[in-house]
Amino acid sequence: MELLIDLVLLAMLALTALRIIFLKDLFAVVMLFSIYSFLSALIFINLDAVDVAFTEAAVGAGISTVLMLGTIAITGRTETPPAKSKLLPLLIVVVTGAALIYGTLDMPPFGHAENPVHEHVAPRYIEESPKEIGLPNMVTSVLASYRGFDTLGETVVVFSAMIGVLSLLRLRKRDADKNPESGIKAHRVLQVIAKIVIPMIILFALYVQFHGDFGPGGGFQAGVIAAAAFILYALVFGLSNVFKVVGPTFLRILAVFGVLLYAGVGVYSMAMGGNFLDYNYLAENPLSGQHYGIILIELGVGITVFAVMLSIFYAFDSQIERANIQ
Amino acid sequence: MSFIADYYNYWIVVFLMMTGFYIVISASNLVKKVVGLNIFQTSVFMLYISMGKVKGGTAPILTEGATQYSNPLPHVLILTAIVVGVATTAVALSLIVRIKEEYGTVEENEFENKDDAI
Repeated sequence: MELLIDLVLLAMLALTALRIIFLKDLFAVVMLFSIYSFLSALIFINLDAVDVAFTEAAVGAGISTVLMLGTIAITGRTETPPAKSKLLPLLIVVVTGAALIYGTLDMPPFGHAENPVHEHVAPRYIEESPKEIGLPNMVTSVLASYRGFDTLGETVVVFSAMIGVLSLLRLRKRDADKNPESGIKAHRVLQVIAKIVIPMIILFALYVQFHGDFGPGGGFQAGVIAAAAFILYALVFGLSNVFKVVGPTFLRILAVFGVLLYAGVGVYSMAMGGNFLDYNYLAENPLSGQHYGIILIELGVGITVFAVMLSIFYAFDSQIERANIQ
Repeated sequence: MSFIADYYNYWIVVFLMMTGFYIVISASNLVKKVVGLNIFQTSVFMLYISMGKVKGGTAPILTEGATQYSNPLPHVLILTAIVVGVATTAVALSLIVRIKEEYGTVEENEFENKDDAI
């Protein structure tokens, strides 16, 4: 049964990707890409990667799609057919694909427990991490504790993306005030529904944030989901209204605070006599030290991801509004 | 039949990779190129996750009665890779918006012509 679902979903994925090649309407391309992300999230669930599926659904089908729609709102919705021949790209792709297919024949068969990938460190994480870290979710244990240093790096990358986007697209607060007609004000039904849905999305984000140690979820997913709630608010009520709730300056402070909270936990554990990000020294009992450490750094990740995603959306949205005024 | 089932996942992943690759090198519109890049990226994620799967295993969350878990390591790598992926996509898209402001177009052949004219 599992295999059948896998076969069908992958075939649907291939069809979706193939259709994207031939479409010239970019709106349809972006919508198909969203479907593609959602289908891959389903496949990730089927392949037991629940945390990854969660992230892909929130990020790929959610935020990426919103950003791409924002871009085509500025750059136009149809692609002009290219003048150059398509034969050379096709040839390159077929040759590369054939070489890769030939390469897969040397790979171990899909799903066997004695494949080399499962032989080295994975058994140690699966057997020891519940005892050493005390969390049922091994992905969170590896992400936040064994590989905490990497995750700090990822958080800094996300933070630098915000700096990059904000320096490319200037975000001016006054522009939003000049345009009182932003948002879909005429749709009373949408407004009422949005007001009911938004608190639930935020509640769900908080659940994902603080329950990530026990089930699928964690700071990355929670941050994106919380940002989605505010994006919905901005879409329905307009940018100038959402600025009254969380302004762009406040978001920048939040993004910095998240990174500093993460790094601060590392520095604090150094001050307590351990290594950087060695949570064992955060409390008398190493297990509760691990627990405090993971909750704090996941909070840092969640705050940074939330602030960065929302700032990036603000930057795109205010760019669209400025383009509309001109 | 079992030969196909053993490699089906990898083959579809290669197909998706090549679809994304083809879009990147053949499309002239920059937004479509970014979509192609994202398709390529997601298919690479799928390759890693496929390798981590154990038949009869369950998600790597400690539960009673579970005897075998799928490999949690690829999950960690790919989870963070997705978030970094959206960060780089956002930077790419904002570059596209700036290109539109400067050149008035996001079609590759058109703004290359404008560059040549200068």
